[in-house]
Amino acid sequence: MYVAVKGGERAIANAHAWLAEERRGDTDVADLSVTQIREQLKLAVDRVMAEGSLYDPDLAALAIKQSRGDLIEAIFLIRAYRTTLPRFGASEPVSTGEMACDRRISATFKDLPGGQVLGPTFDYTHRLLDFKLAADGEVPEAPSRDVAPGDVPHVTEFLNREGLIEEAPAEDTTPPDLTREPLEMPASRALRLQALTRADEGFTLGLAYSTQRGYGRNHAFVGELRIGMVPVEMEIPELGFAIEIGEITLTECETVNQFKGSKTEPPQFTRGYGLVFGQSERKSISMALVDRALRWEELGEDNVGAPAQDAEFVLYHADNIQATGFLEHIKLPHYVDFQSELELVRKLRREAGADQVPEAAE
Amino acid sequence: MKDTFDENALRKHWMGLLAKAPAGRVATLLDAAMERPLFTWLRAPEIGSTMVRGRAGATGAPFNLGEMTVTRCALTLETGEVGHAYIQGRRKADTEAAALVDALMQGPQAEAVRSAVLTPLEEEMAAKKAARAAKAAATKVEFFTMARGED
Repeated sequence: MYVAVKGGERAIANAHAWLAEERRGDTDVADLSVTQIREQLKLAVDRVMAEGSLYDPDLAALAIKQSRGDLIEAIFLIRAYRTTLPRFGASEPVSTGEMACDRRISATFKDLPGGQVLGPTFDYTHRLLDFKLAADGEVPEAPSRDVAPGDVPHVTEFLNREGLIEEAPAEDTTPPDLTREPLEMPASRALRLQALTRADEGFTLGLAYSTQRGYGRNHAFVGELRIGMVPVEMEIPELGFAIEIGEITLTECETVNQFKGSKTEPPQFTRGYGLVFGQSERKSISMALVDRALRWEELGEDNVGAPAQDAEFVLYHADNIQATGFLEHIKLPHYVDFQSELELVRKLRREAGADQVPEAAE
Repeated sequence: MKDTFDENALRKHWMGLLAKAPAGRVATLLDAAMERPLFTWLRAPEIGSTMVRGRAGATGAPFNLGEMTVTRCALTLETGEVGHAYIQGRRKADTEAAALVDALMQGPQAEAVRSAVLTPLEEEMAAKKAARAAKAAATKVEFFTMARGED
């Protein structure tokens, strides 16, 4: 028989006290400030903002410090904080065509208006450890050059002119919001994009990679990847007009994918889309590939049974907070459940006549 | 989006500038220029969020990208002007300064506030933006064709 037990309060309190001490580490080493994390571990901060689904670099940095660098734990902290905030409204859709680009590259066109701008990238580095960083080296200022005037149009715009790529005509519908209503199938593309932009980077990367390896292949080229700042504009009811309320860094990836055409559509390129908070290149490309794979039905393609084509599989398993919550709960006390399993197995073994424990099993 | 009223366009511009200003900067510029006017709160500074939206394929149907933190407040000067502020982040003191500037810009001190706060702010922010754009420009690829050794 199971008897409810109490206790463990002191053990828990002491465990948390020790956690705080371990988090701080050796006190002979200087404490790490939240601003240091914000400025020097920026890509970790960006990931926590993207998957935490809340753009606030200071809070994300604090969460990383508190979680000892466990980014999923940090994302959990941000998600929990997010639920305490009253929502003032929704922004106008951001205009990424007007992005102040730090980086803008295309794998499909060499000479495109606005040019190929590499930005602060790890690409073309040799991936050799830089021991100068361990010695606290000063960094020389990066070179500057006069900025050539002119717009930086989206690559898909010039493919559009020839009708070679599907269009994305503007709409002004109110999108569904999975933070307000439960995620239900079938999910519209707007809902899928919301789920994907906050999805776990590793899971999204794995799914995207699977499409490249043949599980729902969609032949993606990176039509364009851009990283930079965009203003966020919101309609203010008490003013009666929209104002800019801030600026955020975004990473946008547009893929150009092969499409043979269908009964209703002529052969043309199709598109996948990724848009993620912060400088999150790998995630944004992954998102675009998975978005494109999930569009098989609206494009009249075959479902080949690939994981990345299965919206239910993708969307219900992409959220690392839901996943970690369910996964890690099995380490918490399940004494009652296990007790009943134990009883059951003993009973079944008795019935099968297997209850004689071998004395000398060797 | 274009505003029909010029007045709104001007106000929209300065409110956007105040919202994007670096932490503490509006207060520093305002306090260096003048004594803060007396005011009462219409809405004390409050922290909340805004759901940021994007568009599928950059131009298509809107979707929810995620939230950002926002602080807002509203106040009335003793002289009657009402100032509003909505700014990114959790920055109560900054919203107060921004709402004061918004209110002052609607009164007799508008020109003084413009030259002491808004103009320097605009210049600083433009310089910062330009410096970043210049670094990006230095990473622009200049393609060239290799000589093929044929005459």
